[in-house]
Amino acid sequence: MSMTLSAPLAAPAHRAAAPAGVLSPSAAAPSAVAASCVATLESAVKRYGKTEALRGLDLTLRRGEVVALLGPNGAGKTTTVRLLLGLISPDAGRVRVLGRDPRTTAARTRIGAMLQVARVPEALLVREHIALFRSYYPHPLAAAEVVTRAGLEGLEGRRFGELSGGQRQRVLFGLALCGDPDLVFLDEPTVGLDLQSRRRLWEEVRALAARGKSVLLTTHYLEEADALANRVVVIDKGRLLREGTPAEIRHGVSGRRIRCVTRLDADYLSALPSVTSLQRDREAVIIYAERPEEVVRRVLLEDDSLHGLEVAAAPLEDAFLALTGGDAHQTQPE
Amino acid sequence: MSSDTLVNTLATPVESADALRPLRILLKETQYELAGRMRTRAYSLSVIGLPVMFYLLFGLANRGKPAALYLVAGYTCWGVVSACLFGIGLTLALERAQGWLDLKRASPMPRFAYLGAKVASCAAFGLIIAIVLILLGGSLGGVTITAGRAAELAAIAVAGSIPFAAMGFFVAYLVPPNSGPGIINLIYLPLSFASGFWMPVSVLPHWLQVVAPALPTYHLAQIALAAVGMAPASGMALHWAVLGGFTVLMLAAAWITFVRSEANS
Repeated sequence: MSMTLSAPLAAPAHRAAAPAGVLSPSAAAPSAVAASCVATLESAVKRYGKTEALRGLDLTLRRGEVVALLGPNGAGKTTTVRLLLGLISPDAGRVRVLGRDPRTTAARTRIGAMLQVARVPEALLVREHIALFRSYYPHPLAAAEVVTRAGLEGLEGRRFGELSGGQRQRVLFGLALCGDPDLVFLDEPTVGLDLQSRRRLWEEVRALAARGKSVLLTTHYLEEADALANRVVVIDKGRLLREGTPAEIRHGVSGRRIRCVTRLDADYLSALPSVTSLQRDREAVIIYAERPEEVVRRVLLEDDSLHGLEVAAAPLEDAFLALTGGDAHQTQPE
Repeated sequence: MSSDTLVNTLATPVESADALRPLRILLKETQYELAGRMRTRAYSLSVIGLPVMFYLLFGLANRGKPAALYLVAGYTCWGVVSACLFGIGLTLALERAQGWLDLKRASPMPRFAYLGAKVASCAAFGLIIAIVLILLGGSLGGVTITAGRAAELAAIAVAGSIPFAAMGFFVAYLVPPNSGPGIINLIYLPLSFASGFWMPVSVLPHWLQVVAPALPTYHLAQIALAAVGMAPASGMALHWAVLGGFTVLMLAAAWITFVRSEANS
């Protein structure tokens, strides 16, 4: 990897350069992009027996970027993270982390990982777990700093086995930070966290990005991807479906979402101008429309009993479901 | 910020040249592995407690007789084997299944530190069991064990941990973690019985006496019993050779299953 000292580091610049680098991985990437790349998968294929977990996935992570990897269960999210961590090797394609093979100690020294761990040795104290992980790195983060960032104040002297689910998640987050990594992998980091802890972890993820660290996050909470990610990568069945900013992904679902309780029947509603689809939601109906103002004006005129009116941008969730072929509002066929 | 990257990139190879660091990691890993096991009562109480309890029952019942001396050596072997099979076979199987091993592997922790800490902890438990039994035998058991013989038995407990730690690695990749304790009991209880840990092989059924020399545990027992004068001192080279060969075999088997499980993971 060339070491261009003047590599542009502002995130928007990379985002602009993203499509070329990502969509044509076989072509040599421009050197400015290469210098800011912290991790890449190139046409990665991974098979387990006869099932193909990844079918030629390309992925690029750049400096200072938070990337959310989304996909339904079995899409290949965990396989992707395990490949980037060097826990498994691809059957075809290439994996590079910080310009190196991820299995090398040099690469591992600069990455941190929070994985889905069912159990951690329970008899050790939180303080001991941190001390042990810190000892693996030549330039670890100060123990007090790990405690603060992971929100573990007052828990240092507790045994891991005595902690609640949310506290355990925070310890695992702390362990990912021990080496002061340049690249952090967070696999479902906020599962089991209460609202407060989740927000706090989000703040820490943002702080990591602000310090120029890169974060790859897998999550089931689309709200989380929306709140944190500069870029969302949607994969399914081991392939890249779409990538872009959360806003760009949302735009994959056309129009906005109108929810209301009305007497008007479905046939009438779907015939209204710019309506793309309808959906029942308990007593209410959800209308997706390109021009919601027009639809709202008409339905209010026609139905004076109409109530519970809400108009919102289609959430990321809808875009996600539309992309992965889930049971939801679909964009119109092109 | 770019120059930070440059400094870090250049610094990494220099850091890895620090020869003492891996050793310090091994020591720290061992310290916490040992602390963790000591605090896990299900482990420490059964691995140390069972031989001690049995000695209080059967050793003291034979107070002052040769059997009281025999059981000091026999129960030491029993403790060593169970410390290894439960301490490595079970914990490694669990740590692997629960994702903890993956987290360690994703870190720059040297693998030998993780494995070495497990072996060293087993050896430490073997040593503790030997010392406790020697003290019990010498006091309540009413038998005489010279300092030299006691030291020899303690050293055997440490060295004897190595082949069974190797077996523990193999067992860890063999047993399904949820049924781990049951399967490990099925392996080591018959081994202990047939190898003379609890009573001399000569009182066992004839067919077991024929089978016993094929068991690695039998050779460990013969070495430990010879140290306290309860078995012939001849043939030690053969016993050690069998244990050495068994170690190599187990490590090879563990390596093959490890590589296979990596390929499927």
